Amino acid sequence: MAGKTLYDKLWDDHLVKQRDDGSALIYIDRQLLHEVTSPQAFEGLRLANRKPWRIDANLATPDHNVPTTDRAKGVEGIVDPVSRIQVETLGKNCDEFGILEFKIMDQRQGIVHVIGPEQGATLPGMTIVCGDSHTSTHGAFGCLAHGIGTSEVEHVLATQCLVQQKMKNMLVTVNGQLGKGVTGKDVVLAIIGKIGTAGGTGHAIEFGGEAIQNLSMEGRMTICNMAIEAGARVGMVAVDGTTIDYVKGRPFSPTGDAWDAAVKYWRTLHSDLDAEFDKVVELDGAEIMPQVSWGTSPEMVADVTGNVPDPAKEEDPIKREGIERALKYMGLQANQAITDIMLDRVFIGSCTNSRIEDLREAASVVQGRKVAKSLKQAMVVPGSGLVKSQAEAEGLDQIFIEAGLEWRDPGCSMCLAMNADKLGQGEHCASTSNRNFEGRQGFGGRTHLVSPAMAAAAAIAGHFVDVRELLN
Amino acid sequence: MRAFTQHQGIVAPMDRSNVDTDMIIPKQFLKSIKRTGFGPNLFDELRYLDEGKPDQDSSQRPLNPDFVLNQPRYKGASVLLARSNFGCGSSREHAPWALDDYGFRVIIAPSFADIFYNNCFKNGLLPIVLEEKIVDKLFQEAEASEGYKLTVDLEAKTVATPSGESFGFDVDDFRRHCLLHGLDDIGVTLEDAELIKSYEDQRRQTAPWLFGAGR
Ligand code: SF4
Repeated sequence: MAGKTLYDKLWDDHLVKQRDDGSALIYIDRQLLHEVTSPQAFEGLRLANRKPWRIDANLATPDHNVPTTDRAKGVEGIVDPVSRIQVETLGKNCDEFGILEFKIMDQRQGIVHVIGPEQGATLPGMTIVCGDSHTSTHGAFGCLAHGIGTSEVEHVLATQCLVQQKMKNMLVTVNGQLGKGVTGKDVVLAIIGKIGTAGGTGHAIEFGGEAIQNLSMEGRMTICNMAIEAGARVGMVAVDGTTIDYVKGRPFSPTGDAWDAAVKYWRTLHSDLDAEFDKVVELDGAEIMPQVSWGTSPEMVADVTGNVPDPAKEEDPIKREGIERALKYMGLQANQAITDIMLDRVFIGSCTNSRIEDLREAASVVQGRKVAKSLKQAMVVPGSGLVKSQAEAEGLDQIFIEAGLEWRDPGCSMCLAMNADKLGQGEHCASTSNRNFEGRQGFGGRTHLVSPAMAAAAAIAGHFVDVRELLN
Repeated sequence: MRAFTQHQGIVAPMDRSNVDTDMIIPKQFLKSIKRTGFGPNLFDELRYLDEGKPDQDSSQRPLNPDFVLNQPRYKGASVLLARSNFGCGSSREHAPWALDDYGFRVIIAPSFADIFYNNCFKNGLLPIVLEEKIVDKLFQEAEASEGYKLTVDLEAKTVATPSGESFGFDVDDFRRHCLLHGLDDIGVTLEDAELIKSYEDQRRQTAPWLFGAGR
């Protein structure tokens, strides 16, 4: 019999019941909650007169709606009354049911997918869910982490289980070494460019190979974060020394004997050598260039040295129409050089790229330089209060401010523009977030997905440039 | 949950692939703490010419005449015919809530994004996967004849055209069972509460670090 994949192991370890009809009950170790997808779930519990199954498995924080300026006023500082009610509702629900919440004024507040790992609330081998599709981020720790809908949030609150069908196994291997200036973000954009936004649908993707193993946890999180952009609800990386070093000493991490026992188990969390995958994709890390998305879907990416595609050269009529529509929305010309795309704003942040390493990379590019005068705004939004204070301790905030970037308070911010941070109609933005859908960052806004280093370089130039030219 | 057995309704063809959840219901409408009332903002950016804001009377807004749902012939449509990878993007259940609130009961496409597909079943909405060729044919027929209706039978797992042609579809047994009987998932799972408890007790022994930390 073939060996097990990492996904098989995680599945087997959490299987409560296999039903005859093919569905299964999977036990959930951790649920992360935020203000947007939880209110209806708590309401459902109340209406059915149910209680949460296991309070200590939950951790909550407001992130999507919180303002990134003027946070001293707390919830009162949220100008939009509808947003304020949502944040207040999360607070009330957590208080009522006794769930731990990092509230808006708590230094530990931040984007759910940043604070889980930061607190050690994300540990290898866990099953983790959150009413947010980027929950795949946590798979970087050898976790089985799913984004779920609100009905499932309620289901997990009430039963500590999720009803699942087992997915297929997919392996994406990135061999060799990444070039200088090429980051986890470029790797995952290149992968999505290759397999498409539905390339991983129905599969749990494991990312492996030398280039992935050499990445830091931050880089791995960036890659798993965007598994969903390739259609896969789950992205994972096997546990190794890098994982264990990262987890050690965090507030929720085990200590003493429990730590030793945990590490022993965590060391088994990798695919067996003879495991079989349903689908395998390979990339050569050395060939990956800094990436820039030019269209309205994350698969619409190009090398920074490349050009916007020409729809006339596309044979598939549906794809051709998709390219034409994207170019029209984005206000771009066929065959235009990527480096000729002029920018209005730059956003460095989001659960994809707002961790300390991301900020260090961006700061190293802008240090001693100035943001282009043609830009309306360039902002840096750290992923959590703790990332913010760490960055300030390292002096990164000063580097950004001196270069002319705004230094904000933590939250989702312009990633989806639910708070006050958004693009104006027709504006082009170099963004380190994960989605470039129409209107994602504001009505009529035009998003280009890039790495933090590429966003920083673009902020200096006012248009896209190959960051490798600035790194010397 | 509302049960789904059979449904017959007018078909609206939305000829566009990769329709994402931001398109189905833009984020400014996710601030509601309710499950209802999202219908007027379904496909907001495609449907209206102006920028949609929460708490606004959408009946007064300028409509985009080119958008399929604004064409009089598709008024009252309850079957949405769509292209591949429908519902990609975020996990927001507001997307099926909006489709449901607008009046859709069935969505037919060659493929769906996983989370969206799953969310539909939790809300009495039936997503049906049919082969691309068949979807193409349905597009042609729906566009060619006004008032075109499809009949969907979940028990028999079939979609029938007005000419009597019938196509089978697959749906997994558990989801079908819950939908046919309008079952509350949570209630079904809690029938196994003892099993969950014993799993949990065992896990407390083998992985004690997963319990009570950080509190
Ligand atoms: S940063 Fe963006 S993608 Fe991440 S959780 Fe927030 S809104 Fe979602």
